[in-house]
Amino acid sequence: MANLLSIVTFIPAVAALILAIFLRGDDEAANSRAKMLALVATAVTFLVSLFILAEFDASNPGMQYVEERDWLMGLTYKMGVDGISVLFVMLTTFMMPLVILASWGVSSRVKEYMIAFLLLETLMLGVFMALDMVLFYLFFEAGLIPMFLIIGIWGGANRIYASFKFFLYTFLGSVLMLVAMVMMYVDAGTTDMVALAAHDFASDNFSILGITVVGGLQTMMFLAFFASFAVKMPMWPVHTWLPDAHVQAPTAGSVVLAAILLKMGGYGFLRFSLPMFPVGADVMTDFVLWLSVIAIVYTSLVALVQEDMKKLIAYSSVAHMGYVTAGIFVANQQGVDGAIFQMISHGFISGALFLSVGVIYDRMHTREISAYGGLVNRMPAYALIFMFFTMANVGLPGTSGFVGEFLTLMGMFQYNTWIAAIATSGVIFSAAYALWLYRRVVFGDLIKEALKTIEDMTSREKWIMAPLIVMTLLLGVYPALVLDIIGPSVENLLHNYHSALAQTADHAAVAPAATH
Amino acid sequence: MLQADLNIILPEIILSVFAMLALVGAVYTSKDKMAPMLMWITASLFVVLAAWIGMNGSGDNAAFGGMYSDDAFSRFAKVVILLSAAAVIVMSQEYAQRRGMLKFEYPILITLAVVGMMVMVSAGDLMTLYMGLELQSLALYVIASIRRDSLKSTEAGLKYFVLGALSSGLLLYGSSLVYGFSGTTLFSGIAQAAQGDHLPLGMLFGLVFMASGFAFKVSAVPFHMWTPDVYEGAPTPVTAFFATAPKVAAMGLFARVMHDAFGGMVGDWQQIIALLSVLSMFLGAIAAIGQRDIKRLMAYSSIAHMGYALIGLATGTEAGISAMLIYMAIYVTMNIGTFAFILSMERDGQPVTSIDSLRLYARSEPGKAMAVLILMFSLAGVPPMLGFFAKLGVWQAAIQADMVWLVVASAVASAIGAFYYLRIVFFMYFGEEADGLNGGKSAMLSGVLVASAAIMLIGIVNLFGIEGPAMAAAATLVH
Repeated sequence: MANLLSIVTFIPAVAALILAIFLRGDDEAANSRAKMLALVATAVTFLVSLFILAEFDASNPGMQYVEERDWLMGLTYKMGVDGISVLFVMLTTFMMPLVILASWGVSSRVKEYMIAFLLLETLMLGVFMALDMVLFYLFFEAGLIPMFLIIGIWGGANRIYASFKFFLYTFLGSVLMLVAMVMMYVDAGTTDMVALAAHDFASDNFSILGITVVGGLQTMMFLAFFASFAVKMPMWPVHTWLPDAHVQAPTAGSVVLAAILLKMGGYGFLRFSLPMFPVGADVMTDFVLWLSVIAIVYTSLVALVQEDMKKLIAYSSVAHMGYVTAGIFVANQQGVDGAIFQMISHGFISGALFLSVGVIYDRMHTREISAYGGLVNRMPAYALIFMFFTMANVGLPGTSGFVGEFLTLMGMFQYNTWIAAIATSGVIFSAAYALWLYRRVVFGDLIKEALKTIEDMTSREKWIMAPLIVMTLLLGVYPALVLDIIGPSVENLLHNYHSALAQTADHAAVAPAATH
Repeated sequence: MLQADLNIILPEIILSVFAMLALVGAVYTSKDKMAPMLMWITASLFVVLAAWIGMNGSGDNAAFGGMYSDDAFSRFAKVVILLSAAAVIVMSQEYAQRRGMLKFEYPILITLAVVGMMVMVSAGDLMTLYMGLELQSLALYVIASIRRDSLKSTEAGLKYFVLGALSSGLLLYGSSLVYGFSGTTLFSGIAQAAQGDHLPLGMLFGLVFMASGFAFKVSAVPFHMWTPDVYEGAPTPVTAFFATAPKVAAMGLFARVMHDAFGGMVGDWQQIIALLSVLSMFLGAIAAIGQRDIKRLMAYSSIAHMGYALIGLATGTEAGISAMLIYMAIYVTMNIGTFAFILSMERDGQPVTSIDSLRLYARSEPGKAMAVLILMFSLAGVPPMLGFFAKLGVWQAAIQADMVWLVVASAVASAIGAFYYLRIVFFMYFGEEADGLNGGKSAMLSGVLVASAAIMLIGIVNLFGIEGPAMAAAATLVH
């Protein structure tokens, strides 16, 4: 199939359109039809996306399934996947049916809710497949609209503040990226991301207002992209929108946010920052690494004192994303492999953790940690599942969380032992906050009056968790499943990155000699 | 010879004759009772003329010794002006009828204003320019105060008139200086006189005065003060008209004078326009935040949008003009949709314009709310709506012309400006329960609203092919 990627991307959008136009009525029957249609559409998307994986040639580091068409204003509609992006596509299609299932209890404005999630899926898939810079930006930014509505309409008490903060934070970051994109287009004369990665952007130092910019244009463009991806990631100190957004978003919104949307930042670093501005990335490496380790330590400590479960997990996400950015920017095979692995695994684990919070929130309508305690007495299955994902979040060997953390730490160690040493302390902190959370919620005596009648997980809730448990275990004991696919592409990326750096260094060495 | 000249201005002649005949006809027959029919006739005449100009026109024709030019640029602008004026007339029909303000003069005045605009974008001479501008302005002053029994409407008309007269004075003074120093009123003659390294001082003064006059007409900061008051005070259909066609005409005239007369001296005027642009974008973005009235908000929004369009003009390049034209076309489409919605806002039969009244609109009217949502995000420049491509176009042109600072400034301004568009969405989708809107179920207005929103989405396939004509238009203007 020549346009498999477009088909996968637009199945959910078509379903959303069908919902918007043909589904009438606001009664129970209409609501359940909307849910069924959304579930079927996301499930079909997942099944069709399996064809991508089946025919994917892991040994080929180039783009596969490429589609290209002319578009307006000299742009092209170009889609394709390589080893780096294909797993993000799979992660998205895999998570969405679970997200829809997790929203089965939504009762207000169900139709709009499902439309928003279906559109969001199309836009997220587009981000990971787009090979035209402006097309990428289009998907990247448009994702804000459904997310803004999801938080704003179906969110918690303080949802308005959270939705505005979410939108404006990410929008400001992204318009700067757009400026850099336009500059790249003018400079290179193309918006094709593959061609841009091969293009040498100027890296001669220049000065603005008396300040010398080392790495010149590349550093400036790197910073513009960094503004966007760092907010999306989110990195310390621009992470503050995330806890607010998470706490106020409905459960399914949190899951999508943590499992997929956060990965767009890391994907952006791998797709734009490293290959297109190697010199700029090299100049900024230490800065980014220190931000990452600060994020790991600082947000872990912040997580320790949270009183809201979702906020705690949100801060833990920021800390885990710290490993990702650190792994990417040490720019060695273990680091980048680990970063991608960590992103995939965090997708399953954090998604499952937010679902776990959702399970008890649906029953008690509070996320205060102090409102719980002793749940193991009434909810043994829940205690077991929550324990599993808490351990995976801590990075217990045998779960996928361990592999990601271990690989990134190893990559960091090769680059700078200090950074690795400080980052490793994050592993201990994560054990502290995660286990303490677990103890306070699940163990202890069941003394709260309100909890005495709480019911254990329903079979729907268990079935949502089952695939996540399987994936977490599978990737934990057999990481080659992921690493074999991403390996060649990462190797190719790093090879180009280092040879570009070496070339610039040669250039710099030759230039002064020539002037003599 | 005269035959050929008249042939070129045939569309303008047809419209003028139509306006006069309609005036006489209506006065001697049933007066205001004829108004609905007259509205339809006027709108269809506009559409027919737009089709004629758009499809039939070709080449670069000059009439009356270069005083009037018919080229790809003027044709592009004319088509946009005619179509948007037709859309506004169709939209205002029902509103005006129900509020008892359907006077037969209304379509006639709009026709005259449109003739003025068509003359403006075709001007090849300072006299033609002024003639077109005044024909347009005088008609607009009257339209602004068409509800002469309403205090607000007359106030708006008077304010507009006094400030407009001032700006016309500035423009005339500038023209006289330019004429004095170049010895001719023809743009081509001025362009010959304006050669060399720098403009003669007197001409530079003239240029600045003329630019101020134009800035008033496009409502660019610091000549924007009239905009919010006139937008708020004028009856809503009139505001809708103000926000669309005259803006295109003024922008077209601005571009024409700068390139046809001062095209050799881009460096001398580029800075002025870049400054106007930055100020407009920031003032539009910041001042709109505190607005509670949707018409005032749209006034500031249009100020900001003129700032973005001026980026295209400030580049002084062909790509810039083409981006500006595309920007204006998209801007007009968005505004027509938005005003169709504002016209339909009513509670218990009374028109309301406060943003508060939009609370939870999405619950009672999900379809229309969705359309407004698309328009708001498009106005904010969020992809995948066309508003984003409008901005992308002018940014591309500006970076090609090495004006990176201008682009960075406009990026920051657009992030600030996103806030107030979001607020409208916020009220519609997650505001608290309150006395909302009711009524306003006009099929015509909903149709226009939904069509405009659909254009914002479907247009991303190929911009409806306006890219080619816009590029051709820019090519004829920039030498």
